[in-house]
Amino acid sequence: MEETAAKPRRSGGGGRQCCICHERRPALKRPKTLEQICRECFYAVFEEEIHQVIVENQLFKPGERIGIGASGGKDSTVLAYVLSELNKRHNYGLDLFLLSVDEGITGYRDDSLETVKRNEVQYGLPLKIVSYKDLYGWTMDEIVKMIGLKNNCTFCGVFRRQALDRGAALLKVDKLATGHNADDIAETVLLNILRGDIARLSRCTSITTGEDGPIPRCKPFKYSYEKEIVMYAYFKKLDYFSTECIYSPNAYRGFAREFIKDLERIRPRAILDIIKSGEDFRIATSTKMPEQGTCERCGYISSQKWCKACVLLEGLNRGMPKLGIGRSRGLNSNQMKTDKPTSRTKSIESKQCGSLDF
Amino acid sequence: MACNGSACQSGCYKKGDELAAPEEGGAAAASNSNSNSSSNGSGNNLCVKCKVKEPFTVAGGGGGEDGRFCAECFRSNLFGKFRHAVTSNAMIGPTDNVLVAFSGGPASRVALQFVHELQYKAQKNFDASRDRSLPVFGVGVAFVDESAAHLPSSDKAMDQAIEDVKSLVLELSPPAKELHHFPIESICSGDSSDQREKLKEVLNAVTDATGKEDFLVHLRMLALQKIASENGYTRVVLGSCTSRIACHVISATVKGRGYSLPADIQYVDARWEAPVVLPLHDCLAQELNMLCHLDGLKTIELPYEPQSTINSLISSFVALLQEENPSRESTIVRTAGKLTPFAFNRIPEINDTNVPLATRRRQKRSSLKLNGSISSESFCPMCYSPLIQSKVQALDTPEASKTNSYIFGSSCCSSCRFQILPQDPLCMEHFYSHLPPPLVARASSGNAHDIRSLREHIQDYLLLDSDNEQ
Repeated sequence: MEETAAKPRRSGGGGRQCCICHERRPALKRPKTLEQICRECFYAVFEEEIHQVIVENQLFKPGERIGIGASGGKDSTVLAYVLSELNKRHNYGLDLFLLSVDEGITGYRDDSLETVKRNEVQYGLPLKIVSYKDLYGWTMDEIVKMIGLKNNCTFCGVFRRQALDRGAALLKVDKLATGHNADDIAETVLLNILRGDIARLSRCTSITTGEDGPIPRCKPFKYSYEKEIVMYAYFKKLDYFSTECIYSPNAYRGFAREFIKDLERIRPRAILDIIKSGEDFRIATSTKMPEQGTCERCGYISSQKWCKACVLLEGLNRGMPKLGIGRSRGLNSNQMKTDKPTSRTKSIESKQCGSLDF
Repeated sequence: MACNGSACQSGCYKKGDELAAPEEGGAAAASNSNSNSSSNGSGNNLCVKCKVKEPFTVAGGGGGEDGRFCAECFRSNLFGKFRHAVTSNAMIGPTDNVLVAFSGGPASRVALQFVHELQYKAQKNFDASRDRSLPVFGVGVAFVDESAAHLPSSDKAMDQAIEDVKSLVLELSPPAKELHHFPIESICSGDSSDQREKLKEVLNAVTDATGKEDFLVHLRMLALQKIASENGYTRVVLGSCTSRIACHVISATVKGRGYSLPADIQYVDARWEAPVVLPLHDCLAQELNMLCHLDGLKTIELPYEPQSTINSLISSFVALLQEENPSRESTIVRTAGKLTPFAFNRIPEINDTNVPLATRRRQKRSSLKLNGSISSESFCPMCYSPLIQSKVQALDTPEASKTNSYIFGSSCCSSCRFQILPQDPLCMEHFYSHLPPPLVARASSGNAHDIRSLREHIQDYLLLDSDNEQ
């Protein structure tokens, strides 16, 4: 696609038309390319680009059951809406479901879940909600009370990943689709460079991950700008919950996000360029990469003896909130072996992943 | 999960060590104890290396390095990093003629100083030795004068700066070093006023501010290579330090140059006729600044206006991160160091029997480290970065309309095509016609590097010295 130069050419005086249809008056400047286009053309080009991403990357197969990770936020709401639309328009032949995770954050998650329940009705997609309280016995509020305001994103992210997989298993879906957008992926690439995580750096730009695990997941919005998703939701008047997580201001990701916002102002295409760089990185074969195995405690996928969720959970339950945070010595070899976790409780919390129907 | 220094608030083992009681002073007591007490808390400090002297401090705090080393150990630690980089990468051999690129800033000032000290020692050894078997490498200094690109006309501050550079280089003898004051427009063709015109035309054609800045960097390297080839230099030394390399890692990522990034951040870059070496690769800008301050090394500030570009945004971003965590720059460079380098990221093998065997062996050992590196076949003529073969564009327009400027443009990488080359075909024609000859030559001559590396392979079996049969 032909990228425009940093400064778009302005037609002198009046008579400005949409760059694409040349009929209607432009209603917006497209964040990705700075083209001045009308609403209808924006909808069309936005939806068409996503359709191309789905087709070129073969994200779905006809007859598949797809779980859409739905938080009630703009990305997942727009994802649910657009996937529904494209499924009908292009006959993907998919069975779509909404899957939501309740982390137990009062004033944030309980409100956004109301939005998802409305989405269920509005888009006619069946909804399943899984909660941290049921799965792990802890809400994020309780976790933050114990560990403070730093590193809570670590807990939430690790727990959510497993929660989505378990919810997907309950729904019996073949694949998960999440609303990660271009800005998210660009931030992650930068973050992994800053934090020295070469293993993640090599994986984070893949549009589909976990193909060798129980539930593969894909990111149809990989090349869609966050601003454009917001614009789409705004113009289409989609129902979504627009507040940031109350615990997010302290996240390290904030650095990368601020930087990318500034970058986007100078050169919008830089976001896609970061993703391209991430895709083109060649990792030296001599670099030690983590080996994939299973968790001894719960059977979930893990590169260490215990999966991260089990390690964190153990830390919480034993009143050792720093367990699993930062560089650990012998964490996964010594301490864990001595304790035998009980598996007699009725809740789903300690049920082995292997015992759930995949 | 990667843990990085002070940002992580875990109570992991590191903190425990640091709270150990500090050692008391006294030379005898200090030299007796073998325990490694790491950096102590405030008060009762001793240099962590010699444990004899007190560490120096900088008013207002020097960040990570503050209060750890005494001045001498700090200096020797820094010089040690330099020397280690030079020897383990076979950067400077006794028969080499080394051109040090000097910008006036602290990093290149330290590079110049350290190279001078290395040469001085070698000279002393040479004078003292009986058989005089090991020659001393030569050193020259290059100052690329970019005032034509930044300043409207001749500027008093600039003239003064040039005088300062001259006197600085004069002081760095014995051994004496030649200074090459090279105005950047000299790489263009024509007489001196033609050259200034062409440079201005070509720079004005680049509308993107970041593109213009990067373009100037490419021209700078062309200038250095020209000085090297016209004066018989075999190496170009840049003062690029860890901090600068960290910024380059981010900037390459942000410009979509992830494939070619590893080429620019290794110790050695042998894409060029005179291989470029980075002996200060492992030194932080902060350390180099501190050394200039400690030793009174004179730096020269050039009267250029700072531009607001992506590069400057990145510098402030990295500086912010470094403030938040003093090991951030090193982490960035170490991460990028895990990307596969290219075959040209090592000094080419020396087959000259006049070069001492020890030198040839050492060079061979250093090049073995880069097994499994990628060998690329084509380069962008503008920035000379390696191109992914599958993405090299097929020229699908009819032969007749393939002008030279069109061919040039299509063989450039996508980043240069976006930020440097003019979009309009007429502007592109104009731009191309004013480009310095060495740049233009790159596009048509194919790959000098590739031919060289092919030749290296079959060198032993060639009977004739030249390639006359071509």
